[in-house]
Amino acid sequence: MLKVAVKGLATRRLRAVLTALAIVLGVALVAGTYVLTDSLHADLGSVYQTIYKNTAASITGRNAIDTGANAANGGSVPTFSQSLLARVRRLPGVAQAEGGVSGTAQLVLGGKTVSFGSSPTLGYSVDPSAPQLSSLKLISGHWPAATEMVVDSNTASKKHLKVGQLVGVQADGPVLHLTISGIVKFGSASSLGGTTLTGFTLATAQRLFQKPGQLDSINVAAKSGTSPQQLVNEIKPILPRDAQVRTGAQQAQTDTNSLDSSLGFLNTLLLAFAGIALFVGAFVIANSLSITIAQRTREFATLRTLGASRRQVLRSVLAESLIVGVLASIVGLVVGIFLAKGLFALFNAVGLSLPNSGTVLRTRTIIVALLVGIIVTMLASLRPALRATRVDPIAAVREGSTLPPGRFARFRTPGSAVVILLGFLAIVLGLFVAHGTGPVLALMGAGAILVFIGLSLLSARFVPGMALWIGWPATVVAGAVGRLARDNAMRNPQRTASTASALMIGLALVTLVSIMAAGIISNFKGAVNAQFGGDYAVVADNNFSPIPISAGEAAARAPGVIAVGDVRGDEDKVFGSTDDLTAVSPGVAQTITVKWVHGSQRTFAALGSTGAIVPKSFASKHNLTAGSPVTILTPTGGRATFRVRGIFNPPNGNSPFGSVTISAARFDQLYRQPQNIFSIVKMRGGETAANRAALRRALSGFPGAKVQTRSQFINGQISGLSSVLNILYVLLGLSIIISLFGIVNTLVLSVFERTREIGMLRAIGTSRRQIRRMIRHESVITALIGSVLGIVLGIAFGALLSARVSQITFTIPVGKLIVFLIASWIVGLIAAIFPARRASRLSPLQALAYE
Amino acid sequence: MYGCPIVAEVAVEQAQTPRAGPASVLTATGVTRRYGEGDTAVTALDDVSVQIERDRLTAVMGPSGSGKSTLMHILAGLDTPTEGSVTIEGIEITTLSDNDLTKLRRDHIGFVFQFFNLLPMLTAEENMTLPLSIAGRSPDPDWMKTVIDETGLRDRLTHRPSELSGGQQQRVAVARALLSRPTVLFADEPTGNLDSAASEEVLKLLRRAVDTADQTVVMVTHDAHAAAIADRILFLSDGRLVRDLPAASEDQIIEAMKTLGG
Repeated sequence: MLKVAVKGLATRRLRAVLTALAIVLGVALVAGTYVLTDSLHADLGSVYQTIYKNTAASITGRNAIDTGANAANGGSVPTFSQSLLARVRRLPGVAQAEGGVSGTAQLVLGGKTVSFGSSPTLGYSVDPSAPQLSSLKLISGHWPAATEMVVDSNTASKKHLKVGQLVGVQADGPVLHLTISGIVKFGSASSLGGTTLTGFTLATAQRLFQKPGQLDSINVAAKSGTSPQQLVNEIKPILPRDAQVRTGAQQAQTDTNSLDSSLGFLNTLLLAFAGIALFVGAFVIANSLSITIAQRTREFATLRTLGASRRQVLRSVLAESLIVGVLASIVGLVVGIFLAKGLFALFNAVGLSLPNSGTVLRTRTIIVALLVGIIVTMLASLRPALRATRVDPIAAVREGSTLPPGRFARFRTPGSAVVILLGFLAIVLGLFVAHGTGPVLALMGAGAILVFIGLSLLSARFVPGMALWIGWPATVVAGAVGRLARDNAMRNPQRTASTASALMIGLALVTLVSIMAAGIISNFKGAVNAQFGGDYAVVADNNFSPIPISAGEAAARAPGVIAVGDVRGDEDKVFGSTDDLTAVSPGVAQTITVKWVHGSQRTFAALGSTGAIVPKSFASKHNLTAGSPVTILTPTGGRATFRVRGIFNPPNGNSPFGSVTISAARFDQLYRQPQNIFSIVKMRGGETAANRAALRRALSGFPGAKVQTRSQFINGQISGLSSVLNILYVLLGLSIIISLFGIVNTLVLSVFERTREIGMLRAIGTSRRQIRRMIRHESVITALIGSVLGIVLGIAFGALLSARVSQITFTIPVGKLIVFLIASWIVGLIAAIFPARRASRLSPLQALAYE
Repeated sequence: MYGCPIVAEVAVEQAQTPRAGPASVLTATGVTRRYGEGDTAVTALDDVSVQIERDRLTAVMGPSGSGKSTLMHILAGLDTPTEGSVTIEGIEITTLSDNDLTKLRRDHIGFVFQFFNLLPMLTAEENMTLPLSIAGRSPDPDWMKTVIDETGLRDRLTHRPSELSGGQQQRVAVARALLSRPTVLFADEPTGNLDSAASEEVLKLLRRAVDTADQTVVMVTHDAHAAAIADRILFLSDGRLVRDLPAASEDQIIEAMKTLGG
């Protein structure tokens, strides 16, 4: 029987290939995800190993609160006094010690800051006397002197920077003008994506990052004969309270760990989409197999009359899908490796640059990809295979016999309705009852799967009705062949429903994402419009980096300014957990309007050194009322207690502030490097060209800051979300491509089945073009049925989600939905190309051919 | 329902000569059809020349493999001869493009198939008017009425093929072919899939179409009973035209078949 299976596959090669494509894509996504994250891990891991290669011990600031911040860019990891460096150098086991500061530093060329998308711009101090301890490796030129700097080769070549050129650099203070003395790279990485790297002398870096007399780290090389651990033991006793020491290996591991946790998230996200693609692929396979098996009724009956048992028929069908599954998974694995490169390109295209220097294929990737592909194929083929076993031997001799209906056919409608209800129940439970990310996601995922399966079964009931009105335009445009196309789509409702369902899944998810995005955006807009009491905002060029306090001060000096409200921000630990803390300057009273539960706008200016403002949700969570004490812990270990002076209620949870807001004056005492997140400016005359120009002039010394109107501010803050959205759309697009293959599959199989009918149509005067049109309209009708079902379902999911999440205001993005419908129409057109061509090539002689 | 006119894809070619033209409407000259190449080549038709007369019912008979189906396919423009020429109403059809052949079928050719070949999702009436709908034309109401009455399907018009007997389905197929008043109606074993009573109805229908509506019919059959309604019977054997009989009785036809070794 295995031989029958193999021979059968060989003769139905095209159909086997079409079926397999769905699995190939799903497996490719799984494999591609692993290859991508493994490559990133290996790449960045090796970068950290190289950086600390010559470092026996590394001293860093000790963070009093667990921020999980990335040590590589300084973040809010506290600094320590530079005096430690001299003491470390005097220790007997120390060969060399390099003190460094680092942070975000932007190149300024022609008055504009240089950045590639939202890639980081990192600045480091380098010690020319101990270059082997630096993260930067010199490629050409020399290490910087006091008025010099080095820049990475990638940025240098993109911006045509040369050694000897004078450029501007700005970090936390004013712009410094420095001469490029050399070109560098980071560790061993060929590229850190679009990251810009700059290096300075320690004194210059301290000026840039406004860390006078402070260090972020000391990298220490041991004398020969001193082990890293001995060195660490030597250093420990002389450390101040705010510093800690690790061996170089430990420090590399610490850095790699923080990297791994972010890669882990990326991995999970991508695997979720691979799972969706495979789920859609399973639909396509199950449907294709159902059709082929229905077409092979005669063949199975013949096998049965020749003495094959039901079990043998089952085995033969399953053997076929096993072969398809294995081959498709192997191909998928190979495609996945290429896909990983595509994903790199995708992330780069939307501005989330990733380093890329090599492709890592681990055994785990191979095993998981193959297993997943094979298992999904086998599961999808189980139901069609079982149906094949129910073919009666008598069907071999009967003209036009069809598959017997399944045993549960009678219960199909009520059964599928129950499955859908159970699915929605699970989603509702997940959203409104369950606690914890795990159970919530599990319930919602399981619920969505049940809804999809149930709806694919139930939708056969309304396919004819939907085809009738969705196909109406086709009958107008294409007349008789349009009608035929519509009739063909209605002819086998379950087949059309299953085919459309694959597309439905993709569209439901795409719709859900767009509804969420629209909800978040409209909510955010509402919140900003309600709270933005000024005329302009001053924010970082990239919309999210902190900006120097002096920028806000400069803005205040612009003619016509009534008030400038600065909002500073950093992390704190409050009531046992790490949270965001904000601080406001008195000008906020006139520039940001909130709804007060307790207190008034005047509270902003009257916080003093002990007053705090908290949002209502935070207050009720911790039972805070006016006058309640709130104690915060800063990253540098500072502790301060505040009294609640005001409680406000942000619209739908969209607050411009953190959980605790204090006065800017007090903030500047508590935090070592106070910076603004944004400033809101109120001016006489409001938004005018003159006011805008005046503000710009006042801020000309701050190329990293920009002036935005309210609507520009809203768009700028949302821009990060659109990058994420674009990635989600592309990833869901893969599922839609798989469902496109499903439509191709069904059409090819239907054309094959209707060979004689198409031959007859040709014989009675239908042109090739009309045949192509007929198939094309059938394809479009199927695709549109799928997309209408998907969009309706997506809206239902979106409504449920917005009912739960206060940050999402239920909004139907009509424009987007129309785009999705047009996209589905195009999917239908593309899917029809190949089947239509095959159909139009059929000879009219086929109609006359005897069986 | 299918009467809705569509945009005509190409202007319909009007090369028709008047009905009262020469007696022969369809001419095949030196038609040879070979399949395959070299040693494995099979000659299905070997230098066949034949003229089909207007307003007559011509039967093409012969044993299996005699080439009778191939001849019909070539006469109807479904297949192209390896050598020779075929003209319908003076139009050389062997060199026509696919689009021109499609137009030729709309204007000049009707088909009745052995397996009816009705579309299962259309009603009897929709099936009848399908060729006209596809061509973007409407049926002539008087002619439509006549055809429906002749085929006796008036009370079956809204039925789907699955609700019709084999004989009724074949009558729908005949009506479909007659509605466009083709120059030649080709019937390929029209009774091959019917019981004797149903066969009789279909044969009568074809005969009446020739007698009362001046329809030219070419019928391929291996059934002597069916061939007995013809005005002329062509016998093929091994790809050659071997006999050309005028109207004959069933017995005479059987005798003739025997001499061919069929």
